[in-house]
Amino acid sequence: MARIELHEIAHSYHRDPKGPEDYALKRIHNVWEDGGAYALLGPSGCGKTTLLNIISGLVVPTKGKVLYDGKDVSKLPPEKRNIAQVFQFPVLYDTMSVFNNLAFPLRNRGMDEGSIKARVLEVAEILELTPFLNRRAAGLAADGKQKISLGRGLVRSDVAAILFDEPLTVIDPQMKWELRCKLKEIHEQLKLTFIYVTHDQTEALTFADKVAVMFEGEIVQIGSPQDLFENPEHRFVGYFIGSPGMNFLECTLEGNRALIDGASIVLDDETAAKGRGAQGKLELGIRPMYLEVNPERGNSAVKARVKGVEDLGSYRIVTLNVAGKVLKAAVPEGKNVPENVAWLSFPPEWIRLFADGWLIK
Amino acid sequence: MEKWPDNKAWLLVLPVFVIVAFSAIIPLLTVINYSVQDILAPGQSVFVGTDWFKEMLQDYRLHDALWRQFLFSGLVLVIEMPLGILIALALPKRGWGVSFSLVTLALPLLIPWNTIGTIWIIFTRPDIGLLGHGIRSLLGITFDHTARPLDAWITLMMMEVWHWTPLVALLAYAGLRAIPEAYYQAAKIDGASSWSTFLYVQLPKMRGVLTIAFLLRFMDSFLIYAEPFVLTGGGPGNSTTFLSIYLVKIALGQFDLGPGAAFSLIYFAIVLLFSFIFYQALQRVGRGEKV
Repeated sequence: MARIELHEIAHSYHRDPKGPEDYALKRIHNVWEDGGAYALLGPSGCGKTTLLNIISGLVVPTKGKVLYDGKDVSKLPPEKRNIAQVFQFPVLYDTMSVFNNLAFPLRNRGMDEGSIKARVLEVAEILELTPFLNRRAAGLAADGKQKISLGRGLVRSDVAAILFDEPLTVIDPQMKWELRCKLKEIHEQLKLTFIYVTHDQTEALTFADKVAVMFEGEIVQIGSPQDLFENPEHRFVGYFIGSPGMNFLECTLEGNRALIDGASIVLDDETAAKGRGAQGKLELGIRPMYLEVNPERGNSAVKARVKGVEDLGSYRIVTLNVAGKVLKAAVPEGKNVPENVAWLSFPPEWIRLFADGWLIK
Repeated sequence: MEKWPDNKAWLLVLPVFVIVAFSAIIPLLTVINYSVQDILAPGQSVFVGTDWFKEMLQDYRLHDALWRQFLFSGLVLVIEMPLGILIALALPKRGWGVSFSLVTLALPLLIPWNTIGTIWIIFTRPDIGLLGHGIRSLLGITFDHTARPLDAWITLMMMEVWHWTPLVALLAYAGLRAIPEAYYQAAKIDGASSWSTFLYVQLPKMRGVLTIAFLLRFMDSFLIYAEPFVLTGGGPGNSTTFLSIYLVKIALGQFDLGPGAAFSLIYFAIVLLFSFIFYQALQRVGRGEKV
């Protein structure tokens, strides 16, 4: 078990990196606490896998240090770091039985057969692989294979952390859910540090206590799922988390009102005060589920044109046009959606202001 | 499936059928026809049934050639398969070295087969050949593949290994390159030594290409003709008379078409049988069953 510290990490795949555009990872500086369940969430190509490989030692970072419990391991190869990694596609020794697959890391470390057997049986029990122990690993279904990959990490009692690189990509939807629950259960049982890379927000938000959102080689926010949803620190987090993502409107401030092409939206005093102190391009953000769509003009309402309605069963997504900008609103089932012209109201407590993409704090 | 109203679809298969008929079926039928007749002169023949088969199966020279053939193919496989894998493992994985080594490696495969025999005749000549002369001046031994059976075999094996190991190496290399990086990473994390990585990752993943390499090398070496024909002509004595050389002697040298045809069919059956057995065995190994 270990507390993993990333100290001013930057990485480039170029031999001779020049500008920041050559870097796959720009600057990563953070701590993964011992026993935490973390998710690393971001779109393809944002550097998630690179970061994971730096933690496991498969990639040596161009700059910075990796510390395990305060000890610098930056130069150590993966086998010396007591780390386990589960890959996107199940990686098995397919000529071996399930038992031998699980025993392989222990045999390589010269453990005696008696202890190996005890340990493998224990781990197989946790992963529900006991009935398959004598079967050939290649004959199992994809979820069974991923369990074996995980098991090869769990058998090592000294394992510091288990890293998952989009481990559910090849699993059927139903099994995905079961396996994710299993992972959570194992995490609670064994209290190991889990770092889980994914581009699927549902996976990240249901698996992890803390989610790190990555964007263009940087971690833009680390927080609980609720934090990410309610207080996105960067417009990318707002846009990436939630389905559909947060609405953004360019605005200017006048007193405690935000002006958008003639329409004005009332802000609460605190938000407005912070906004007035900020520099750069100002944007107003609001989650679709907090945006209210009314058939009648009420107080401080903004006029919008209804472009379309999608029924998702439990709620409807309404696409609206405000002063040339497209907004989405999530409207509960049963509530009336006007056909042509609608009036929107923006509850002040759910409005967030962003300057140059970053939340104004 | 719905049935077509007519049989026009067969017309599409017709060109293939015609080609296969001319390339395989008609020649094979001709051979079968010869094998049951004694051809006395053109247009004059007697039906003899299975007599030629009986005679050929009891021919001690055929038996000798067959054992020689097995020895040859066995040696070829035992040397070329591991050597090819070793070369593939040692080849560079990226950079300009890849294309350079692959092209260099493939050179022997591009040389016409009878030229290869000539190259090695000159190479091993004790008077002017680099190898033959070198052995004589360094070790004081006269290396002569035309006089001593052992020398003939050594030369033949060297030539064969030089000529065909590159094929095994290229196939093995292709197999190695197809292994996803994650397997090596996982093996590293599991603390596997390079020997266990080879045994449990690389070798199983190369199974498909190695099966093909094994079958190709078995069939080709079992049917070898041009190289020994040019190099030794089957000699000294009969020491390098393989099945194909003996067959040509009977069928074309003595113009015994009947026995020759019977011989070819037996030969064909042996190659087919062994290829089938090897293929099945290698497939079973892959599935982890007992052979």
